[in-house]
Amino acid sequence: MREISVREAIRDAMAEEMRRDESVFLMGEEVAEYEGAYKVSQGLLKEFGPERVVDTPITEAGFAGVGVGAAMMGLRPIVEFMTWNFAMQAIDQIVNSAAKTRYMSGGLLGLPIVFRGPNGVASQVAAQHSQDYGAWYAHVPGLKVVAPFDAADAKGLLTAAIRDPDPVVFLEHELLYGESGQVPDGEHVAELGRARVVRPGRDVTLVSWSRGVSLVLDAAAELAEQGIDAEVIDLRSLRPLDRATLLGSVQRTHRIVSVEEGWPSCGVGAEIVATVVAEAFDALDAPPQRVSGADVPMPYAAHLEALALPLSETVVRVAHEVCYTDG
Amino acid sequence: MAVSKPMERGTEDLPALPNLEVRSAASREPKPNGRERTALGQPPEVLLDIHRRMLLLRRMEERIGQLYAMGEIGGFCHLYIGQEAVAVGMERATRPDDPVITAYRCHAHMVVRGAAPEQVIGELLGKARGVSQGKGGSMHMFDPARNFYGGHGIVGAQVPLGTGIAFALKYRKTDRVCVTYFGDGAISQGQVAEAFNMAALWNLPIVYVVENNQYGMGTAVDRASAISELHRRGESFGIPGREVDGMDPVAVEQAGQAALEHARGGQGPMLLEMKTYRYRGHSMSDPALYRSREEVQKVREERDPIARVADVLVQSGVVDADRLKVVDREIRAQVMEAVTAAQAMPDANPAELLSDIYAAGS
Repeated sequence: MREISVREAIRDAMAEEMRRDESVFLMGEEVAEYEGAYKVSQGLLKEFGPERVVDTPITEAGFAGVGVGAAMMGLRPIVEFMTWNFAMQAIDQIVNSAAKTRYMSGGLLGLPIVFRGPNGVASQVAAQHSQDYGAWYAHVPGLKVVAPFDAADAKGLLTAAIRDPDPVVFLEHELLYGESGQVPDGEHVAELGRARVVRPGRDVTLVSWSRGVSLVLDAAAELAEQGIDAEVIDLRSLRPLDRATLLGSVQRTHRIVSVEEGWPSCGVGAEIVATVVAEAFDALDAPPQRVSGADVPMPYAAHLEALALPLSETVVRVAHEVCYTDG
Repeated sequence: MAVSKPMERGTEDLPALPNLEVRSAASREPKPNGRERTALGQPPEVLLDIHRRMLLLRRMEERIGQLYAMGEIGGFCHLYIGQEAVAVGMERATRPDDPVITAYRCHAHMVVRGAAPEQVIGELLGKARGVSQGKGGSMHMFDPARNFYGGHGIVGAQVPLGTGIAFALKYRKTDRVCVTYFGDGAISQGQVAEAFNMAALWNLPIVYVVENNQYGMGTAVDRASAISELHRRGESFGIPGREVDGMDPVAVEQAGQAALEHARGGQGPMLLEMKTYRYRGHSMSDPALYRSREEVQKVREERDPIARVADVLVQSGVVDADRLKVVDREIRAQVMEAVTAAQAMPDANPAELLSDIYAAGS
């Protein structure tokens, strides 16, 4: 094991897969000479050259489509969006071209492609640059959607995504790039579609993913001091959703709170709650609850922005609600 | 239902076609951003091949139109009738290993690439052995084994896809060229300009073919494009363009060959504007009230690609009109056999509803 940042873990996954398989290449805005707007692709141009680390014009719909077309020919493109906010220009290619082609062709044409970049809230960049697209893409059959929290999963899940035969939406988090963690030495491949119990507990299940896991771990620590033993699940994959791990946890704890940065309406938390209610109703001792971002476009001013974000204090309060205890 | 019968019309009352004579090789050189000269002066076997291929597309699409009217085909269905010279001429110019991609008016492109008509018709009928197992329908047909990559329903979206195919061809250091079709309506999509820019910037091996059939659904080109010379829409990216008589399969083939040579030789993308015409509505639900019957009739009488080739074959004494009628009967029988075979296929299997969303086992 060695300690590296999430940023380095993502870079290492790409570099190792590019060494292993010459059909893997990286394209996007500022990925080559600038080494990534968030410095994720450091060193890749130098090692692999401009044919495999391709700076694109600012042309998201176009280069997303170019990536999908290249995947039609059997290449394994990694398409970086400078942020997922800008991928709205390209969502047609992701949803209508990438996700559906295998099905529309009766299985004749699969698309091994990864779309990746920072997603979620950032610091004081206001409504158009600070939002969570997890629910948007998790809605779409034909996509796999991954949102890692720590450095080991960033590397293991990205490696798996690059090797996967289907399109993967890989949602990184700008505010996690600098976080460090232990990553296994050598090849490290995680399994897509599997949640992970980060902290076992008996009293309540707290489920989140990406940066939300950090909030939930903080909340679990505080709850422990208050006598509540929370189980923390890192979902890791929003599609497919690891329903078995969620339901198994609820069978043990009988209570669940989901935590997400995104908006509440039709969010991932809504899907989690619906799953638990439909499939583990008899195990529940309290109504499942959601903590989410506020149902507003993200405001700029720091104190307003703080009001729009899910906080660990909120998670603690809601956990007490479902445990019928006082915080 | 109006069924065109180009073969059964006398040739003596045809208006003179100004471009039937064989021109010198020099005069066939593409004119920079200008109109491609046409020349039907080809060996008899070539013209017979072109004629037969175009007639198969025509008779197949006519029969598909009838099946649609009978309620056997559902959804959107865009027929290629009138545009046959483009698909056939370009296919003759293209190598079998050159990838081809187009939009939703794709039945003809499937068949010229070599797909069996019964697989195309089976797909339209929602059959298990339709080319997409009944999951794609009229707009979504793929045949990657024959280098045909669809079959795409979002206007213009296939243009970046084709550009990505060309990117892969260059990445793999092949000498193959991608042929990417789109319509006159699609050329105003932003992502088409985005694709042009990248293709020129990266010098990709691609030939863009705009099938200008004069109407983007119901909107005439001059009501949709600030300049009506669509072959010039690549100029700001340095992409050379040619206007081609898209009702003349030989002109199409020659322009296609030149453009493919250009791209294959490492000189980057080219844009061919095929001036063509569709006789039917945009789709089966379009009564085409935005143009006059006389306009359609005039094109049918004066520019029909199948009649033009037939006339040359008869006038030059290669075959007589009776022989062409025999050919037509053979092709009609071939289409009927394909329909019968397609109708006999089992319906799409309900168990397949949930397959092919992801790769098997993943």
